[in-house]
Amino acid sequence: MARLFARLGAALLGTLGGLAALPALAQQRGGVVGAPEPWATGWQPSGGPIMDRIAAFNGLVFWIIVGITLFVLALLLWVVWRYRASVNPNPSRTSHNTTLEIVWTVIPVLILFVIAVPSFQLVYYQDRAREPAMTINVEGRQWYWHYRFPDHGGFAFDSYPLAENELRPGQFRNLEVDNQLVIPVGQDIRVLTTGVDVIHSFFVPSLGVQRYTIPGRTLETWMRADRPGTYYGQCNQICGVNHWFMPIVVRAVPQADFEAWVAQARQRFAQGLPPLPVEQAVAAARGETATASLRQ
Amino acid sequence: MASATDAHHGHDAHHDHKPGFVQRWLFSTNHKDIGTLYIIFSLVAAVVGVFLSFLMRLELQQPGMQIFADGQMWNAYVSAHGLIMVFFVIMPALIGGFGNWFVPIMIGAPDMAFPRLNNISFWLLVPAFILLTASLFVGGGPGAGWTIYPPLSGRTGEVLYQTGPAMDMALFALHLAGASSILGAANFITTIFNMRAPGMTLHKMPLFVWSMLVTAFLLLLAVPVLGGAITMLITDRNFGTAFFDPAGGGDPVLFQHLFWFFGHPEVYIMILPAFGIISHVVATFSRKPVFGYLGMAYAMVAIGVVGFVVWAHHMYTSGIDVDTRAYFMAATMIIAVPTGIKIFSWIATMWGGSIELKTPMLFAIGFIFLFTVGGVTGVVLANASITQVLHNTYYVVAHFHYVLSLGAVFGIYAGIYYWIGKMSGRQYPEFWGKVHFWLTFVGVNMTFFPMHFLGTQGMPRRYPDYPDAMWGWNFVSSVGSYIAIASFVVFFYVMWLTFRKGEKAAANPWGAGATTLEWRVPSPPPFHTFDELPRIR
Repeated sequence: MARLFARLGAALLGTLGGLAALPALAQQRGGVVGAPEPWATGWQPSGGPIMDRIAAFNGLVFWIIVGITLFVLALLLWVVWRYRASVNPNPSRTSHNTTLEIVWTVIPVLILFVIAVPSFQLVYYQDRAREPAMTINVEGRQWYWHYRFPDHGGFAFDSYPLAENELRPGQFRNLEVDNQLVIPVGQDIRVLTTGVDVIHSFFVPSLGVQRYTIPGRTLETWMRADRPGTYYGQCNQICGVNHWFMPIVVRAVPQADFEAWVAQARQRFAQGLPPLPVEQAVAAARGETATASLRQ
Repeated sequence: MASATDAHHGHDAHHDHKPGFVQRWLFSTNHKDIGTLYIIFSLVAAVVGVFLSFLMRLELQQPGMQIFADGQMWNAYVSAHGLIMVFFVIMPALIGGFGNWFVPIMIGAPDMAFPRLNNISFWLLVPAFILLTASLFVGGGPGAGWTIYPPLSGRTGEVLYQTGPAMDMALFALHLAGASSILGAANFITTIFNMRAPGMTLHKMPLFVWSMLVTAFLLLLAVPVLGGAITMLITDRNFGTAFFDPAGGGDPVLFQHLFWFFGHPEVYIMILPAFGIISHVVATFSRKPVFGYLGMAYAMVAIGVVGFVVWAHHMYTSGIDVDTRAYFMAATMIIAVPTGIKIFSWIATMWGGSIELKTPMLFAIGFIFLFTVGGVTGVVLANASITQVLHNTYYVVAHFHYVLSLGAVFGIYAGIYYWIGKMSGRQYPEFWGKVHFWLTFVGVNMTFFPMHFLGTQGMPRRYPDYPDAMWGWNFVSSVGSYIAIASFVVFFYVMWLTFRKGEKAAANPWGAGATTLEWRVPSPPPFHTFDELPRIR
């Protein structure tokens, strides 16, 4: 028992430490950090319009369901108190009330309408990007991700999870990968998912995006990050022994940085190399232009 | 037949003439004995299922891999936990157990329509359960989730993902359990339609019988679809077919459609009998007839019918067309209406009543509230828009444990406490029953409520290890599960007390509120319940 409490205490302390570290992490990771937070009870921080709208719509639904639950709870408590056998020894024999039965059929229908209308709008909005700026092919594989950029010369790379002993200080255990998926901020990105072995699920909560990757099928969805930052996700469909260890990292950067990253990624792909991290790619690009201007 | 029996046994009509042990329990054709066998079987399976969940919560208590060797072992245990709880705990207790015991008595029938079929329905479950449990110890176990989606449970081309016979054993276990359910369903439908006592019209049938009738139809229509799907899976795995293998022109999503065409009615199969039990318990302990009887009966019929046309809400992220998603959203939300009718009718039954908070009533009230919680999160999940970020997360795990682990299981406990006096002839100790209720209530809520938070934070299900930020609520959940498991031990203590020291139960221990036929016969009922068929006016 004492060990249990010691562990609970350690958990609480770790949590406080984690909370304090978050702002620092946000800077280190170039903006919003879409990752789980200790003791959080709501969504991860939203990175774009889809998750913004999901959160807003869920705000409506949330208060409706809390209201219904509290209403039922209050009725139950009142009934149990008011009609307990000791104060109400003679039960009534009422077993019908047509008006009441109509009311509790019609009112739920009306509530469902209130929920359904915005929900339909949102589900069609989420379905696909109307005029996407670019396309990314996502392939789930046992147990890593394979990304391809068909609009940028078709370069591709694998994204493997980082084991605990490969992590740098401040990185999240079970969430980091060697090669991040880099996207430009503020652009609608069409995501086409497909599978090769078993079904996986491409799931980035803070961008409000999720699709299975199914062998033999190509599914379409889209995402957009309006805030620069790092958005974490995990495979979300049971896929075998390492299902729990195939994280997703999406890095949203300004358009210029994205282009710099793409340029080096294409070059390195041609040489059979994985892309550089976005910071290194941008620094290298700036260095080249600086050298070029010195020569002139 | 009756007259011949009378002539032969005329002198000992008042003796309770039971056959010998082997004849009575192994070759049983008596609905009450088979019901007892089902309940005992369910409790044994529950010990195994709860033990698996205990191991799972131990593992999840803190980040990192502690007690499971690897993800495959974890996946196998998670799958077995789900399948055992669904097929070998909840269904046998509610349908085989209480259904067998009380459907014939409540409609004034001498027994089930096909007593030998009833016997084989039970005995098919035993090898099924042994196969499934044994599969955990064969190779890596059947680690494809209880939903057994191919290709993970099948193959693509030459690659078999669940190697060895474990997966085939699990599939064969499902086949046997499915055959058992189909035979049982045919038996219930025949009994209810043809063997009602004179005057017992359909609209006079107790609500528990109505719930069993709807459940039996769901079983009869849904389970064969599962049977077909897993047969195709077995031939994909072993005989070179490619129903679900894209490399051979098959389609993994086809399996999802077939599975959920069974799987969604299946969740109503598990909850409808509990609805029936709760109606009886609420009416009995409010000493009032059920409010809106016809509305209650047809709400269950409506749930059963609509339950067949909502299956793809489990597949919102499987790439089904957006218009299809919109349809399944609308259809799914409609189920909230008949469910709401039931919740409010139970409260209206209590309204103006004379309420006694005996243990079964505590479980019934707990059921109504917790089922409401599970129901409203179901409305959230019905929205494909929100489910895009909640699909397969712990929010879903929380939702279905609220309706099943807290809903159906509370229904089972309510039924056990309500009827244990009738079934065993001995009444449970009230104090310990209440201790059991409160311990369970606290334990399961502490276990499952934090899972909503983990789900909105994006924790995927079927994970033996998770990012460190998710430690806090997982720890709370694990502590809650230990309390819930302790309450399960208390339950066995209550049962021990009941059989060891329980007071003799009167024919009707509950007073004026208990109006159905089982309370007109002695506790326990004689081997042949009715000397002559009751007449219902």
